[in-house]
Amino acid sequence: MSAATDHIIVQSSRASRAASIVALLLLAILVAAPWWAGRADLRLFGEIYLYVALACLWNFLAGYAGLVSVGQQAFVGFGGYCLFGMAMFLGIHPMATIPFIFVLGALISVPVAVLIFRLRGAYFAIGTWVIAEVFRLTAAQISALGGGSGTSIPVDIIRSIAASRSGREHAAYWAALAVAILVIACVYLFLRSRQGLALQAIRDNETAAQAMGIDIWRTKFFVYVVTAGLTSAVGALIFLQKLRISPDAAFSVNDWTAFVIFIVVIGGIGTIEGPIVGTIVFFLLRETLADLGSAYLLILGVVAIVVMLRAPSGLWGFVKSRTGLELFPTTRRVVPKHKD
Amino acid sequence: MDWVNAVLQGVLLGGLYALFAAGLSLIFGVMRLVNIAHGDFIVLAAFLGLVVTTTLGMHPLAALAIVVPFMALLGYVLQRCILNQTLGNDILPPLLVTFGLSVIIQNGLLEIFTANPQKLSAGALETASIPLGGGLNAGVLPILTFAAAVAIIAFLQWIFYRTSLGRAFRAVSDNQDIAQLMGLNKSHIFGLAMALSMAVIAIAGIFLAVRTSFDPSVGPARLIFGFEAVIIGGLGNLWGTLIGGIILGVSQNIGAQINPGWQLLAGHIAFLIVLAVRPRGLFPRVDG
Amino acid sequence: MADPILKIQNLDAYYGDFQALFGVNCEVNKGEIIAIIGANGAGKTTLMRAITGLLKSDPDMVQWHGSPVGALRADQVARLGIAMVPEGRQLFPSLSVEENLKIGGQVGRSGAWSVETVFELFPILKERRNVPSTSLSGGQQQMVAIGRALMSNPDLLLFDEISLGLAPIIIKTIYDALPNIVGDGMTGIIVEQDIAKALSVSDRVYCLQEGRVSLEGSVKSISREDISHAYFGV
Repeated sequence: MSAATDHIIVQSSRASRAASIVALLLLAILVAAPWWAGRADLRLFGEIYLYVALACLWNFLAGYAGLVSVGQQAFVGFGGYCLFGMAMFLGIHPMATIPFIFVLGALISVPVAVLIFRLRGAYFAIGTWVIAEVFRLTAAQISALGGGSGTSIPVDIIRSIAASRSGREHAAYWAALAVAILVIACVYLFLRSRQGLALQAIRDNETAAQAMGIDIWRTKFFVYVVTAGLTSAVGALIFLQKLRISPDAAFSVNDWTAFVIFIVVIGGIGTIEGPIVGTIVFFLLRETLADLGSAYLLILGVVAIVVMLRAPSGLWGFVKSRTGLELFPTTRRVVPKHKD
Repeated sequence: MDWVNAVLQGVLLGGLYALFAAGLSLIFGVMRLVNIAHGDFIVLAAFLGLVVTTTLGMHPLAALAIVVPFMALLGYVLQRCILNQTLGNDILPPLLVTFGLSVIIQNGLLEIFTANPQKLSAGALETASIPLGGGLNAGVLPILTFAAAVAIIAFLQWIFYRTSLGRAFRAVSDNQDIAQLMGLNKSHIFGLAMALSMAVIAIAGIFLAVRTSFDPSVGPARLIFGFEAVIIGGLGNLWGTLIGGIILGVSQNIGAQINPGWQLLAGHIAFLIVLAVRPRGLFPRVDG
Repeated sequence: MADPILKIQNLDAYYGDFQALFGVNCEVNKGEIIAIIGANGAGKTTLMRAITGLLKSDPDMVQWHGSPVGALRADQVARLGIAMVPEGRQLFPSLSVEENLKIGGQVGRSGAWSVETVFELFPILKERRNVPSTSLSGGQQQMVAIGRALMSNPDLLLFDEISLGLAPIIIKTIYDALPNIVGDGMTGIIVEQDIAKALSVSDRVYCLQEGRVSLEGSVKSISREDISHAYFGV
């Protein structure tokens, strides 16, 4: 059986190894940003990281698990409200709430998943939206957190994060960077695992995957719950940056779902790189077209539809089909063994 | 008496929700398409009604004569030019494209009409009511809306089961390839189904616009109400959507009676309870 | 000799990257019955799909009365007068027996066949006209499928594996009815696994093997050995 020993199965490639070196360098530069970037830039970068995280998570759900949700704002808002509630009433340090919020988000998504997993395909999507509405209307009933008009974080809690304003901004920046990297790493490692392989098998052919003994419901359920937990954590950081929360802002379908969907579709759905590329494009567009107001969203909608119809694999899919480039390889390839 | 009144008004409100639901149910039945922009098209029809009534000085109900054919045509063109390209085994393209349409319509309306609330004025019709005794009153407009919902569902039912178009709808829904072999051009049939759905949307939009004030952002909530009525009533059952609409309307009104902040929440909770107890809805279609 | 009504010329057909037919040539003359035989996966159903337009090909690869129709949609081909009784019958479950027949007549071609004449051919269907098509037995469903195809009054009728999954007695009934069906100047193509049955009603035969025509000729002039050689490639 010499064929077996002459070949090895690998997931990495030369491009991916080069990419990881470049990524580490880039990471070092980004970690050091508080020392070279201005205050406004730092804030923008923080926002970009959080959108990368949201986009990655939505892509994980829709692009890999086939769970097309238009209700992820439920968890963004849930995370935000949890942060405010825990910091204001339980006196927990805002940064320390994040791990708890991950757990809470995952926990609350369990009954949600049990209910809406009864809906199929597109009806599932609208079901997630109903859940987000239920969350929003419930939040508006909590008078301790300002009811329908919302509330701001008290000054003493803000001060507890760091004494100086720049200290707080740096902390928020690093937290956003950390959560984005955590999310990308989680999704990437999951997809490379046995479970991830199962997920991609389900995406390619649900019936065949079932025949191979993959428990589709459990796999999707797991993805949904983990994504909900991580989305809640991202949501908490988003509102830690904003310092103010209200039901309409926290559970906004435009901000936390529409933008995210456009990012993923334009960048390339079903790839790890797509959401990152999409976020960069999204912010470039936003910085240049922001003056247009609602017309900007209109243009974004048109671009997303054109991409979906003409190039459904998005920008990164286009690059990948031309060059075969894969910076985060999730597929396994058989290659001849090298002498070295 | 307040409670009886709440239920009565809720039943009538259910007629409006059934109008939201009927178009959604129709296109899902024919081509398994869920139009995320459904609610935004309802609002678009309401704004069209606004333009027609203000520029031509027409009564809103007379404006239906213009808005209905316009929306139907728009639906046909939209289906032939865009939506047909998205149909296939993958659910993602139709979902994302109609989601994109939703955002486009909302922001387009915002550009043209601003975020100010608008309303269609129907004169005396708005306040006219019929006393039912015991201090109960039923508004003429809600009764008219309810009657329209019943008439439209009966009409759709007739088209579906008694005409050659309905036969074509069902055949294409059953098996697209074989339907093509029978000389049916599925692109055209889908276009007609969307046109019909948009005609119902137009009627729903006008009734909505006369009943309450509206602005470009209220579409998604209409989609959700329609969707909830469809799921409560049972997939693929047009009369079920009327019952689903009524249950939703009554739940909302009872919720509002308890606490004004609970109106929408009560409707959603009724929906979630049905989903938990009867996931296929109260009156699912028996076959398939 | 008159020009063929259907001419297949160098037909290649693909499913994605997989090539199912390689340069197939075939001619069908008015009024004849052609049998197309071949093992599973030889490309018979693919050929049917290409003729009916369910599978697109280059325009010239399929010619109908001399004009290119290979690139037309299936519904356009149906209007030209080509109908098919599909493999596995594939009735519309949401439609009643009578509605299944009526939908076949929806292309609006005039001719001898109507709901009444189909009921004369298969009287059992008249009794069951209002029941859902799914409640019929397999043989009755096959009658509806044949009737549905006839309702368009086609010039060319394709039968794809009509005996598959049916009891022998039913198959006999249906084959006995075939001469009546194809008698009035109609042209037929019969695809069958059951070679003897197919040859018993056909004038000429084409044998497909791995996507290529391995044998063609008149039924009378071809021997069993020729067929088994062409069929199995041995």
